Amino acid sequence: MRAFLKKEWMEAVRTGRLWILLLVFALFGIMNPAIAKLTPWMLELMGEQLAGTGIRVGEITVDAITFWTQFYKNMPMALIIFVLFGSGSFTVEYQRGTLIPVVTKGLSRRKVAAAKMIMLAGMWTALYAICAGITYGYNVYFWDNGTASSWAFGVFCFWLFGLWVIGWLVLFSTVVGSSTQVLLGTGAVVTGAYVLGLIPVCKKLLPAKLMGGLSLLQGMEKPGDFFGSILTTCLTILLCVLAALIFFDRKKL
Amino acid sequence: MEMLTLSHVSKRFGENQVLRDVSFSVPEHTIFGFVGKNGAGKTTAMKLILGLLSSDGGTILVGGQPVRYGNTATNRMIGYLPDVPEFYSYMTSSEYLTFCGEITGMEKKKTQERREELLNLVGLNGNRRIRGFSRGMKQRLGIAQALLHMPRLLICDEPTSALDPAGRKELLDILAAAREKTTVLFSTHILSDVERICDEAAVLHDGRIVLQGTLSQMKKMRRTAVELEMEEMQDAALLLAEFPFLQAQGRNGLILKQADRLPELLSFMGERKLSVLRIEHQESALEDLFLEVMGE
Repeated sequence: MRAFLKKEWMEAVRTGRLWILLLVFALFGIMNPAIAKLTPWMLELMGEQLAGTGIRVGEITVDAITFWTQFYKNMPMALIIFVLFGSGSFTVEYQRGTLIPVVTKGLSRRKVAAAKMIMLAGMWTALYAICAGITYGYNVYFWDNGTASSWAFGVFCFWLFGLWVIGWLVLFSTVVGSSTQVLLGTGAVVTGAYVLGLIPVCKKLLPAKLMGGLSLLQGMEKPGDFFGSILTTCLTILLCVLAALIFFDRKKL
Repeated sequence: MEMLTLSHVSKRFGENQVLRDVSFSVPEHTIFGFVGKNGAGKTTAMKLILGLLSSDGGTILVGGQPVRYGNTATNRMIGYLPDVPEFYSYMTSSEYLTFCGEITGMEKKKTQERREELLNLVGLNGNRRIRGFSRGMKQRLGIAQALLHMPRLLICDEPTSALDPAGRKELLDILAAAREKTTVLFSTHILSDVERICDEAAVLHDGRIVLQGTLSQMKKMRRTAVELEMEEMQDAALLLAEFPFLQAQGRNGLILKQADRLPELLSFMGERKLSVLRIEHQESALEDLFLEVMGE
């Protein structure tokens, strides 16, 4: 499996996928505090114009919560970009036939699938850590992270949500044959989870709850309120991984 | 010992029955030609041997072990060159062969040695990225990766179909040389390739094996015709009238396609004292035999 992991890494580096994602996540990491920091200044600039229309801009306070709020607004976009890039991880290989010489050399299909999962999860973790790290660093520099309650737990929750999405992405990649189908399948599952989350009874158990780190920051919820959702998410990830390994074993290449 | 055995293998795609009760075996250290028109089912049969497709019936043994769909351990014994080989374009040929060595569990030093040996054999520059390779270069890299781990069975799907005459010759020479260390099964619709390097062959037509055997057996099955040139035109006309199975050729020439009836013909000529200028045996090409069994 190490050889295939090495190949996955080489692919990410040489096709430029890693660098593009690194740039995107770093930019998001910078944008989170930048937007929060610049918003009062921009509103002040526009204040006179807005006053002419009868709108009065009040005093805006920017603190660590504003930074992390921006983080939770931007991260879904970063996750979507990651999923767009990751959707071809398996399907491009099916379409080009590049996996055939690999599996006909006797490399276990499970090792191939596992290497791809590890690469996707590893890249998500590293890129997410960079983005969150930049936001955290700015916060430390400008304000005190302590004003935002349970920020670290909130960051963990969104990371886990990302892994859950990747779990579905991998599962669909072992079932269907094109990136579009993978994206449609993953999108349908995430939308379904979001819609189900509108039902209060279901919400606390659904992975979509993990996106709501804002309520943690504002102290409206406690980490304990997320445990049900974390358990469901972990179980779903495990099931997705197991199912993906089984389906990939039977996949027509 | 048989390196590969297919027994009563069948495969259907929807309404299309691609393989029907296919049985053949390939002895060790032979080159086995798998002949058939495009769409005859050759690639399907090869994918079944590689466990890339599941069969609807029958058994396949590689080195005595059964092939299972999906993860089949028998692939450890096989080197495979697909009809359109595709590799990771961002790697160099040297990196790709190293990668192949690693996934087959070869020792690092052995991989390096084999890599250099094979790159020399196929005439490729190891430092060039695969992205810029022509079809012929990919085919050569394909044969190198298939032979890298010294497989007991080498399967090549139409390896020469996209190559120019020089490339074809080079590839056939490589396959012929590989016979010493491995068993080769290669599919083709180029019949002269089979005549050139194969020890045995099977002809697949409409999903069935319609002809199988060693090349020498097949050569014996070729039809032999006899050409006769009579001294007088009227003698040729007399023979044509007496023996309707004869065919006229030119003014006083005759062709006898049923060579076993030659004694009968000669006896008649002796009785009538007919003068013959030339009697010549002509063997049909192996290609004609293949075409005949394929109903062409």
